[in-house]
Amino acid sequence: MGLATQVVRFYVDGFRSMRLGRTLWKIILLKLLVFMTVLYLFFPNHLNRRYETDQQRADHVLRQLALLPDGQQ
Amino acid sequence: MLEQLDVSQLSWARGQFALTAMYHWIFVPLTLGLSFLLAFFETLYVKTGNEQWKRITKFWMTLFGINFAIGVATGIIMEFEFGTNWSNYSWMVGDIFGAPLAAEGIFAFFLETTFFAVMFFGWNRVSKGFHLLSTWLVAIGSNLSALWILVANGWMQHPVGMQFNPDRARFEMESFWQVLLSPVAVSHFVHTTSSAFLLSALFVVTVSCWYLLKGRHVALAKKSLAVAATFGLISSAFVAFTGDESAYTAARVQPMKLAAMEGLWDGEVNADLVAVGIVNPGKKPGDDSDPFQFEIKLPYLLSLLANRELGSFVPGINDLVYGNAEQGIEGAGDRIARGKQAISLLATYKQARDEGDAVTAEAVLQQFNQVRDDIGYGYLSRPEDIVPPVPLVFYSFHVMVALGTLFPLLFGAILFFLYKDNLSQQKWFLRLGVLSVFFGYLASQAGWIVAEVGRQPWAIQGLLPVGVARSNLTTTTVQMTFFMFLIIFTTLLIAEVRIMTRQIQNGPEGE
Repeated sequence: MGLATQVVRFYVDGFRSMRLGRTLWKIILLKLLVFMTVLYLFFPNHLNRRYETDQQRADHVLRQLALLPDGQQ
Repeated sequence: MLEQLDVSQLSWARGQFALTAMYHWIFVPLTLGLSFLLAFFETLYVKTGNEQWKRITKFWMTLFGINFAIGVATGIIMEFEFGTNWSNYSWMVGDIFGAPLAAEGIFAFFLETTFFAVMFFGWNRVSKGFHLLSTWLVAIGSNLSALWILVANGWMQHPVGMQFNPDRARFEMESFWQVLLSPVAVSHFVHTTSSAFLLSALFVVTVSCWYLLKGRHVALAKKSLAVAATFGLISSAFVAFTGDESAYTAARVQPMKLAAMEGLWDGEVNADLVAVGIVNPGKKPGDDSDPFQFEIKLPYLLSLLANRELGSFVPGINDLVYGNAEQGIEGAGDRIARGKQAISLLATYKQARDEGDAVTAEAVLQQFNQVRDDIGYGYLSRPEDIVPPVPLVFYSFHVMVALGTLFPLLFGAILFFLYKDNLSQQKWFLRLGVLSVFFGYLASQAGWIVAEVGRQPWAIQGLLPVGVARSNLTTTTVQMTFFMFLIIFTTLLIAEVRIMTRQIQNGPEGE
């Protein structure tokens, strides 16, 4: 038996023999699904969404940094 | 232009980050510490050939697996929060955090796909030696994985090894080794990981004491306790030693944090350490009211803690806010003035650059570089803004230290009763042992409050206050996601507790 087959069989047998592990894997997959949905819908990258290039993003942040808190330049 | 600061949105964004970080930190320390306990148990199995150690290893490995499965990916949320709620900050630190976080990802990926699998699936399928090696590599790798995150956090507390590039509006790394070996990063890593070891030892104590109270799995419980209490005792010593180092480092690079931890408003030579106290919640910088309603002090010890010299001066909150010429301490007012100058020069630089006036841009940049280290202060309105919430930091610090002092006594007593072979008869003590992990979590979370609330108002110490680091979102958006995460994380915590308690009730036979 080749090494690759041995490795694949190692994982397949391991997953098959799980008992509590099956419940845990279901929780992991469900959790990742919920996380990804929430993150995709509600957590866009603010700068990536508003600007197309890195230069535009840098300019935006620089504009934020370069002005005084009361809005005076 | 600097978008209109919505204080409420800022508070919700901070609250959301605190919520996710604190929930994440419920799972992480158990992974860090239990992985080493598994390695100890399995080493004893391989060394002695005693099958009972194998049974013990497999039992705790199951609980480790539950914690890992529920906790995995909870940290991802924080990385997304950076991009959404803290976009200015996220952009500015991308160059610094990129390398440590990529290293963390690579470590985690290789560990979780290879050695985790061998650890859980490999019993009787790989050699004893290779299985043991895998368990050790999981322990070492998990903790190295934490190193990179803590290095990133350490850099925020003490930004070194970088330079601000105004063209890219980014902090750019100049020395990876300075970032990695910064004294704050090093003390942060060793203190945090050793506290995680201590917490995991308390977890084993809790479960084992419960078994002893119930009279079940007595041999497993006693053997587990012997290893965990020894590990916990050694970890407690490390926690104390590294905690002392953290305070010493804070005195050098974050003196305001140390002053808040101790409720020290006016600096003193031969400064006393407040062992126990009730702070005056209405105390403000510069007023004459008493800082404490009640306190018990240990003479000279704060000077010793801060400077390792009994007769030394420790600056108080008022010294740092208003300055102390006698001690050569500059007040925040001067730094605010220089910070505003830096912001103004940055604006002039940008204008000159945008207009293609290279000569003016270069001249302004040189002026900017002379005051750039104070730029963060320029966003503050008044010197008093550099003061963190003193009561919260003070109480968190004292709760952490008080519990940290009691834990080694608990571990020592366990070892004593085990040696005397009468632990099972100490019912009151076993009940205390069952509660111990909750106190461990309290101390651990309090430690993070000290580290993070104690450095307010800074996202990056001295360079970027949280108000400038944030994105311009509506308060409603952040509130909504706050409660969404509160529900998700609470559900996960309930799932962990239910599965864990069921597995503990089943005992080693229930694998």
